[in-house]
Amino acid sequence: MAWIDKQKNILDFTLSSLLRRKGKNAALAFVYAVVVFVLASTMFFTHAIRKEAMLILKDAPEIVVQRMVAGRHDLMDLKYRDGIKKITGVSSVEGRLWGYYYDPLFRANYTLMVPPEFKYQQGEIAVGQGVSRSAVTEEGNIMPFFGIDGRLTSFRISELLSSESELVTSDLVLMSEQDFRGLFGIPKMMVTDLAVTVGNPQEVVTIAGKIKKEFPDTRPIIREEIIRTYDTIFDWRGGIMLVIFSGALLAFIIFAWDKASGLSAEERKEIGILKATGWETADVILMKFWEGTVISLTSFLTGIIFAYLHVFFSSAVLFEPVLKGWAVLYPQFRLVPYINAYQVATLFFLTVVPYTTATIIPTWRAAIVDPDSVMRT
Amino acid sequence: MVYVVVVVVQAAIAVALMMHAAAGRKAAGPRLERENRLVSSLKLTDLCLFTEARYTRHPSMADRNTAFQDYPFSFEHFPSGSLMPVPEILRK
Repeated sequence: MAWIDKQKNILDFTLSSLLRRKGKNAALAFVYAVVVFVLASTMFFTHAIRKEAMLILKDAPEIVVQRMVAGRHDLMDLKYRDGIKKITGVSSVEGRLWGYYYDPLFRANYTLMVPPEFKYQQGEIAVGQGVSRSAVTEEGNIMPFFGIDGRLTSFRISELLSSESELVTSDLVLMSEQDFRGLFGIPKMMVTDLAVTVGNPQEVVTIAGKIKKEFPDTRPIIREEIIRTYDTIFDWRGGIMLVIFSGALLAFIIFAWDKASGLSAEERKEIGILKATGWETADVILMKFWEGTVISLTSFLTGIIFAYLHVFFSSAVLFEPVLKGWAVLYPQFRLVPYINAYQVATLFFLTVVPYTTATIIPTWRAAIVDPDSVMRT
Repeated sequence: MVYVVVVVVQAAIAVALMMHAAAGRKAAGPRLERENRLVSSLKLTDLCLFTEARYTRHPSMADRNTAFQDYPFSFEHFPSGSLMPVPEILRK
């Protein structure tokens, strides 16, 4: 009990000491919290979106085979499908028809796609929520597209794809095979690429190798690579945000280090008085330890709480300009709060622990000096 | 004592947010399953996040002459694409 009382008294004294310099300490705590907020927001966002990408794309095609001509992705003859089907271990091969359409009226890019089973008639389309928002249209309306011959073809919107699937369908325009081929002038025997299903997941890499060997002008892309692509993108984008922020981070580190390790004349005098009134060196160090803990723990918790609210309640509104890039059409989505405890712990040990320990050494130096000489300086 | 109350309140909010995160993950299960079925039935390969260019809309599918495309998981060659705002001339 005596130990707890002692800690309580020292903490009380520390807080009153901090309050005497409240302007300076409040400024430090605010900047500290902002630094933690930005770091934590970046960590939370990149981790959550990578996890979401991994979970959503886990049922993407096992292998997508593209045909390459002069280093560019080109249309593919269906004879490749028949060839790939003969490879042992391949369960099915289906041609995919998809492409891009730039809408000059609304300056947005759409992804036009033919689903394996399209439930509507020719002349009808199903569109994603982003398309509906950007083209200011809704179910039952007519949507015109310029065809390869420059003529406008109108389609009736029969379905708006669900808003919960915006992360994958926001810019999609689904249409029938005849409409797609007619719009882009794609011959009947040609497809955009092939989706390959493999019986045994262990054989995916081997089969991709076989496809590449038998058809050297193709590029097989396996599902693992698709998922890894998103890891890389968000490592990169997260990295860019941190690089931009690193100047401010360094400035804070210097500021905090200076504040924590260099005692002001007033603080030295305070330590001298405490020693003269009977405080032990250990008590003075304990007081400074509490001072560091008070500032860093409060700032850490504030930063983490606001980062969570920012990323998972406001859909990372401050990061939107970086994420949007030049895109006109952007999905509206709310991330699932996947939090990595390891990242939070890393952030804690990189912010709270160094600051708290940085306060102790200069205090110890001041505390071992004779009180009389400290008070005279 | 006020400070202890502040820290306790902050810690309580942090714990509440952790519980919110756990509930959010649980609640997202059925939605993710529906999205998986959609991805599987439409044979989708990418997230619809950046629609400004083909290599940002389908980074895993884009050809080798564009960014990301030495191989599907390579680094982006043109980071300016992530940072530059739309030129004024394109906004008009």
